[in-house]
Amino acid sequence: MNWQVMIDSFPALAEGALITLELVVISGILGVLLAVPMAMARVSPRPWLRALPLAHIYFFRGTPLLVQIYLVYYGLGQFEAVRDSVLWPYLREAYWCAIIAFTLNTSAYTAEILRGAIQSVPRGEVEAAETVGMSPALIWRRIRLPRAFRIALPAYSNEVILMLKGSALASTITLMDLTGVARTIIARTYTPVELFLAAGLLYVVLAFLILGGFRLVERRLNRHLQPG
Amino acid sequence: MDLQGFGAQLASGTWITVQLALASMACAVVLGLLGASAKTSGLTPLRWLGTAYTGMVRGLPELLVILLVYFGAAMVINQVASAFGYTQYIELSPFVAGVIALAFNYGAYMTEVFRGALATIPRGHTEAGMALGMGRLRIFRRIVLPQVWRVALPASGNIFLALLKDTALVSVIGLEDLMRETAIAVGYSKQPFTFYLAAAFIYLGLTAVATLGIHWLERRTTHGMRTLSG
Amino acid sequence: MFRQLSAMLIGVLLATPVFAQDTIRIATEGAYPPFNFIDASGEVKGFDVEIANALCEEMDANCELVTQNWDGIIPGLIAGRYDAIIASMSITPERQEAVSFSEPYYSNKLQFIAPGDSDFGPGDAAGSAIGAQRATIAAQWLEENVPDADIRLYDTQENAYLDLESGRLDAVLADVYVSYEWLDSDEGAAYEFKGDPVYNDDKIAVAVRKDDQVLAERFSEAIEAIRADGTYQAINGNYFPFDIY
Repeated sequence: MNWQVMIDSFPALAEGALITLELVVISGILGVLLAVPMAMARVSPRPWLRALPLAHIYFFRGTPLLVQIYLVYYGLGQFEAVRDSVLWPYLREAYWCAIIAFTLNTSAYTAEILRGAIQSVPRGEVEAAETVGMSPALIWRRIRLPRAFRIALPAYSNEVILMLKGSALASTITLMDLTGVARTIIARTYTPVELFLAAGLLYVVLAFLILGGFRLVERRLNRHLQPG
Repeated sequence: MDLQGFGAQLASGTWITVQLALASMACAVVLGLLGASAKTSGLTPLRWLGTAYTGMVRGLPELLVILLVYFGAAMVINQVASAFGYTQYIELSPFVAGVIALAFNYGAYMTEVFRGALATIPRGHTEAGMALGMGRLRIFRRIVLPQVWRVALPASGNIFLALLKDTALVSVIGLEDLMRETAIAVGYSKQPFTFYLAAAFIYLGLTAVATLGIHWLERRTTHGMRTLSG
Repeated sequence: MFRQLSAMLIGVLLATPVFAQDTIRIATEGAYPPFNFIDASGEVKGFDVEIANALCEEMDANCELVTQNWDGIIPGLIAGRYDAIIASMSITPERQEAVSFSEPYYSNKLQFIAPGDSDFGPGDAAGSAIGAQRATIAAQWLEENVPDADIRLYDTQENAYLDLESGRLDAVLADVYVSYEWLDSDEGAAYEFKGDPVYNDDKIAVAVRKDDQVLAERFSEAIEAIRADGTYQAINGNYFPFDIY
């Protein structure tokens, strides 16, 4: 085991870890924004509205993330129409392609988590809100969504960890995330075990940080349930 | 969709993908049972070991584990072998490396599933077995395990679906699975969208078949239950 | 069900470990046309492959060809996955610290390629988006000589061309002969070499493990032999109308 290589590469790996964290946070936020309307549609009483996000959810949960990333990055570049479109300045950057793929992927999983959470909001609370004359939009905003978010939080924290692990695939489309940096250093030092172990350690640290963050939020949200 | 003669390649890749998924899942189940036994064991070091295992895997990207096993495990195995005086090189094929890596990863998830399932089995069942004079292993095999399967099945099904998709990552170490055959076809035809979309639909088909299979298994294992619930 | 699965699994685990006999296992990449690539029948073909076969015949050795992703090809050799690499690998001082090389079996140059209608020149590299394959001499040249360029590293050379085509890259730095093949294809027709080669002394050789001097020597002798008896020239002629030795 070559410890010196591990120590020497630490600054570069830490920089990669920042890119990884950035990818996870940005696609996580965009994913939730996309997932909320999909989850709302999924619990709608109207069948056609319920069916609307199904294809998206089915496709992105049923195919490997690696395929999705390649489709967005290399696949879309195949078409001249895409290359001439206004979106191209974004699509030409590997960074945004990764974010688009991760966002679409996580939004499908998050939508299903949120749907479950919305459905488990106690009926009585919604009925109570109706009784005091709240409009449906207000009930969504004040009762159903806030309650659903709280219920969904533990499951969602799992999804974010899965996204952290999936973000390693960004290295396959030229991004210098934590895995990408490790692979590039290995190309010079030929010490795969040392570098991958060091990178793995940083991933575990990132996962702990993320889970710790969620635990803090959870505790804050459930303050009223705690004694004292 | 014009596959330009690569249809047979994609089909053979798909078959490798299926084999890889099934073999990895079988290993993950074994690892999961071991992990769950460790985590619920009376021995503190075993419990620590189980917790360290699941805690670590939670944060490690599958891609990294696959790369680590492929490059690292071969070195370790051969160093151990030569320490025992065995000089021949032991080959760790991409398939075996893939199975080890995926099983290591998903074994951790299966550990949690089995631990949850074990907790649902009333202590009375084990005690009844003991009262009948059955040995610990026999109780586990004849009383606990059959019930654990049933409780663990839905969650295991979801884990299998996730594993099936993650087999695509093994293409990175050169296993000629569906993903790698697709990448080869792209390199040759320069039509990434066509081929990656074709691969996506094949994966969708595989997950659909797997879902049906899981439902079938669930129905079969709850056979005895249905008469009870009416 | 589980019994069947575990039976299958044990079968798989028992069946796959292959013990080395008196064969030489050779790794190539399979994504570097025309030197090594995989066609629709799933077979590895190309200049490197034909050279490898000719060398094995010359050495009277039983050879086994495996494909391996490029950025893992040296770690795989060191780990003992195979005994030699015949995959258009350039001799570099860094690699010489990790592996041993035979005498070169061909020479190459590094040259930029860019769209025919762009006025890109080697002097514009800094500040441009330049693609290269990860863990190649081209990638290293870029990192050492134009660190200010936006260097994008790809898993395969083919993916770098795909991105030059999609317009994500201003230029690609690669071995001249590899680019020839691509510039000749339908996709590459609109691109051309820009400026003079930036690196001329690219010697390509067979790589073996560092302590495997004997094998390196055997390969060197075989290379000399196939040069002498015309086998090399015949293979060369299948790919290029000029001698690349």
